[in-house]
Amino acid sequence: MTTPGYRTELTAAETKARKRKLLRRDIKRDWQLYALLAAPVAFLLIFNYWPMLGLQIAFKDYNPLKGIWGSPWVGFANFDRFFHIYQFWQIIENTVILNFYQLAAGTPLPIILALAINYAARKWFSRAVQMVSYAPHFISTVVIVGMLGLFLDPQMGLVNHFFNLFGINSVDFLGKPGLFRHIYVWSGVWQNLGFSTIVYLAALAGIDPSLHEAAIVDGATKLQRMRHIDLPGIMPVAIILFILNMGQALTTGFEKVLLMQNSLNLSTSEVIDTYVYKVGLASELPQYSYAAAIGMFQSAVGLLLIWISNRVARRITGSGLW
Amino acid sequence: MATLSVRENRSDRAFTVTNYTVLTFFLLLVLYPLVYVLAASVSSPAAVTSGHVWLWPVHPSLEAYHTILQYKAIVTGFANSIFYAVVGTFISVTLTLFAAYPLSRPNLRGRNIIMVFFTIPMLFSGGIIPTYLVVHSLGLLDTRWALVLPGAVAVWNVIVTRTFYKATLPEELHEAAQVDGCSDFRFFFRIVLPLSKPVIAVNALFVAVTQWNQYFNALIYLTTPSKFPLQLILREILVQNIFDPSQIGDATKLLAEQNLQELLKYALIVVATVPPLIAYPFVQKHFVKGLMIGSLKG
Repeated sequence: MTTPGYRTELTAAETKARKRKLLRRDIKRDWQLYALLAAPVAFLLIFNYWPMLGLQIAFKDYNPLKGIWGSPWVGFANFDRFFHIYQFWQIIENTVILNFYQLAAGTPLPIILALAINYAARKWFSRAVQMVSYAPHFISTVVIVGMLGLFLDPQMGLVNHFFNLFGINSVDFLGKPGLFRHIYVWSGVWQNLGFSTIVYLAALAGIDPSLHEAAIVDGATKLQRMRHIDLPGIMPVAIILFILNMGQALTTGFEKVLLMQNSLNLSTSEVIDTYVYKVGLASELPQYSYAAAIGMFQSAVGLLLIWISNRVARRITGSGLW
Repeated sequence: MATLSVRENRSDRAFTVTNYTVLTFFLLLVLYPLVYVLAASVSSPAAVTSGHVWLWPVHPSLEAYHTILQYKAIVTGFANSIFYAVVGTFISVTLTLFAAYPLSRPNLRGRNIIMVFFTIPMLFSGGIIPTYLVVHSLGLLDTRWALVLPGAVAVWNVIVTRTFYKATLPEELHEAAQVDGCSDFRFFFRIVLPLSKPVIAVNALFVAVTQWNQYFNALIYLTTPSKFPLQLILREILVQNIFDPSQIGDATKLLAEQNLQELLKYALIVVATVPPLIAYPFVQKHFVKGLMIGSLKG
């Protein structure tokens, strides 16, 4: 950016003035680029940053007539109230168990599937597996929950018809609190397992083939190559994905939980987000401040989880997100 | 993966056999529910509810699809969803490209600060309630805009697209254009856009599918039924079991048969799922170029 060979000594003030001049020149030169950026920046300001300002109602007693800025401050009263409702521990427990169950099933399985696809040497076969297993990812949440309802119906469902063939009595799967988590997690695995392999397959394709060639010459079996070449090769990607998933561990899947929830399984299906929705938007008298406070509590825990998992990942493997 | 197995030893052969068996089993596991829904949707209502359909249609009929075409809310919902998908995708992809290209330029002043500005919303969001209040104060409640504007800038897509530009647009191209006196606007619209086809295809697919499949924003922002997207209608019929026979007019007699209502659900699943599934193979060939480059080198 500076003119080469310009070696005369300049005072600090002069350098500063020069820099400012260069900056102005560059901005003027690139004004069309900034013009392109203007619209997306405006969108983020309105729909992402403005709500962050609005989050102050978590510390206020929001009154629609007085507006966000005019409502009185109440400190941590809204948070305090949430911590003391009788369902508090149950909601926390449900949220944590459901999401960590999902994380525990959803993290290793795509890696295993990607390795399996990678070692299926017949191209048409591995293509077919990929093509078919990506498909459920494109099905909507409403349809997935609708399919669960149809398949698991106590009278007319496929699964119970199958059970009845063996003389087993019909079960109301969706009405049993004890089954909610399993149905939620494993239907999610069915839907997303294939699609989550994409990143790992790309990482596997990027592994230097000469490593495999050398290993084969040395007489390594496929399992050994998997363990000592492929796994270390995809670990960095796996760690980044795990940390990112950790950060969203409390929020993912809320829309599906809301759809799967019914009065019978409430004791395991009530999570933070569904509770926020109920007190904040679905109720006759929406309690915006209270709901915003719970939402903020959840976001804060999410940030904390990202930070912790990043630290742990760095300590154990030497690499992390930052 | 090039397997250089001239002669597989015993453990490798056992592994290969197990691998193919497990993969085949997995393939069938994914496929079966889809095939079953399809088969059930074209079977007779009685055969489905009494459990006679396992794999192939029994007493094939298109009755369920006929009824769907007469159910007004479904037809309106379908049209609405197409509108939301098309308009939402156009706005979102345009904004994504507008953001990604300048940010991919190495000499842009303030680039890093702007990147931080784009990344923060990925880590922290205001949440459901404050976003709702913003949509409310903009006067967008119960308008079609409420479904296409709030999520229009998807930061992840911006990052993927930016990385795509960094990897595929040589700096010399821009220099050459500059020497010829080409402005940034002209360069972007005449040269960058035509080269962006793979990344536009991938972005469009993901935005369109997300738009087509979302129900929650419609649930909280819309109150007028004539604006409802298909997913909201599906939620009523599939999940909440709310079915309004008056919507169908002359088919009311058929509905006396309660079984048909169950059958409708299978056909409805097929109708709602086919559009995204059709789009997907067309875009799949771009996955490697658009998505891989974008996500991995980032």
